[in-house]
Amino acid sequence: MFNRTAIAPLEYTRTLWMRSWVGLIMLFLYAPLIVLMIFSFNDSKRNVVWKGFTLKYYEKALNNDSLVEAMVNSLTIAFLATIISLVIGALAAVMLWRFRFPFKGLVEGTMSLPIIVPEICLGVAFLIFFAMVDWPTDLPWPLNLSAITIAHITFCFPFVAMVVRARLASFNKEEEEAAKDLGATEWQAFRDVLLPHIKPSLVAGALLAFTLSLDDFVITFFTSGPDTITFPVKVYSMVRFSVTPEVNAASTILIILTVALTFIALKYQGVKGISDAH
Amino acid sequence: MSGPMQDWKSQKKPFAAVATAPVFWIALFFIAPMTIVWLYSFGQNAGPAEIDISGTLDNYKRATEWLYLSIFLKSLAVAALTTLICLIIGFPVAMAITFAAPKWRPWLLLGVMLPFWTNLLIRTYALMALMGTNGYMNKGLGGLWDGASWLRTLVGMQPLDAWTPVQLLYNNFAVVLGLVYVHLPFMVLPLYSALDRLDKNLIEASLDLGAGHFKTFMQVVVPLAAPGIVAGVMITLIPALGAYLTPDLMGGTDSQMIANVIERQFKRANDWPFGAALSFLLIYAMFILIALQSMRSNKVREAR
Repeated sequence: MFNRTAIAPLEYTRTLWMRSWVGLIMLFLYAPLIVLMIFSFNDSKRNVVWKGFTLKYYEKALNNDSLVEAMVNSLTIAFLATIISLVIGALAAVMLWRFRFPFKGLVEGTMSLPIIVPEICLGVAFLIFFAMVDWPTDLPWPLNLSAITIAHITFCFPFVAMVVRARLASFNKEEEEAAKDLGATEWQAFRDVLLPHIKPSLVAGALLAFTLSLDDFVITFFTSGPDTITFPVKVYSMVRFSVTPEVNAASTILIILTVALTFIALKYQGVKGISDAH
Repeated sequence: MSGPMQDWKSQKKPFAAVATAPVFWIALFFIAPMTIVWLYSFGQNAGPAEIDISGTLDNYKRATEWLYLSIFLKSLAVAALTTLICLIIGFPVAMAITFAAPKWRPWLLLGVMLPFWTNLLIRTYALMALMGTNGYMNKGLGGLWDGASWLRTLVGMQPLDAWTPVQLLYNNFAVVLGLVYVHLPFMVLPLYSALDRLDKNLIEASLDLGAGHFKTFMQVVVPLAAPGIVAGVMITLIPALGAYLTPDLMGGTDSQMIANVIERQFKRANDWPFGAALSFLLIYAMFILIALQSMRSNKVREAR
């Protein structure tokens, strides 16, 4: 931290103005979240003055049935969407990496479209689509979440495909051929040679899909009904109509969950791997 | 890539095994819904729950009326301003990460990425809490105001009037600030990956040959980081243009963006065909932006 040696020309990060700038930006990024987390323990209805430590808003949040239900819905949808996105995304990546087929450019472009098309347009499309096909809305839990889950899979699996494909580029096809020469079937070669190679990208893709699904508000807003509220939709209605410290408490729980997931991702991929994935 | 690709005809079974699910999914749950929206955009309301796809262009005509055109232009301006601010404040951060000591680099990167992984709604809500009339931003401004007032009394002038909290939320300023807050990581990450690949010897050579830091930055660093800048601009501009949540929660009545107008057609005004037309105009705008970008990068490739 201290300038024991003179600052070399390229050590921009050691100059004072650069450090203060990075410090300011980090403050800008984190101050709102940290203040929110601190005040979730504040014993006061209004969020401004510190009145003492309390866990009562956590108790309230956890006793708020509709909030807990929304959280359970969100986690269920994220879990289901992640698993299916992982399968479809990995298959799409292998298809585009391994085969030559007619209209390949078109298929490839179409599969990356859900990443580019604005969320609002995708949300609208699903609203119209599910209304048109008369998608049943009165199914028992968790089947009533199917419409939201389908919508989430559509925007999650292209991200998984992207991450897996980047990893496939470093695969040595000779390994697979060697396995087949030694008598492995197509399936065995896939399971024992290709799958272990892409495993890190599957973990990264799964975490990406999980966070994207958990994070999504706009598309869910258009596909959810009164019985299928997710956490972001619930928080949205709470923030719009009445600000309650319960939202702070519930948000803090979700932030901690996200941080934990990010650290798991780091353990598997390293920081570099995640930054490459974006 | 190692080894040639296989032709699907020589490997029909494995090809079918991997292709069926993704192609089926994208056709049924992406192409089909988008096609229906596209068809609806040429339709009109024929009853309370009935839409007649008559091939009319009325929805598009209405969308190009000044009222909606101005919202479109305003969304574009807000998104462009957001992108510009993100670029200006994000570039030094990306530089700092690139030139940081190796042991600090992953932590700085993580510092930028962590908010990106945090729920968008929570981040917007946290920023709103800070910007409210009795939030900390107003308190900070109040402190500065009191300081200025005290300084005035020191030099024998009348103190300023007492601080009245200002309305920071529910206006265009709040929307731009909120969008910058949300999209900053989108900008910094591609900038960093471009700067990271840059040959540092070139910067050193420029400095050794007598160019100042600013000149080196403008004439060596920026041109070499151009692909990262373009990527960062696209990654920020496109979602900012379609932003719904930030203008909805942080904006006032006059800071609506195009996504809010689209939402209203579906949730309140119940004019689905018109909303469908607006959606497709937004998608076309995205396509134009992407086409411009790929034209530019083709030109750069030809020039080399």
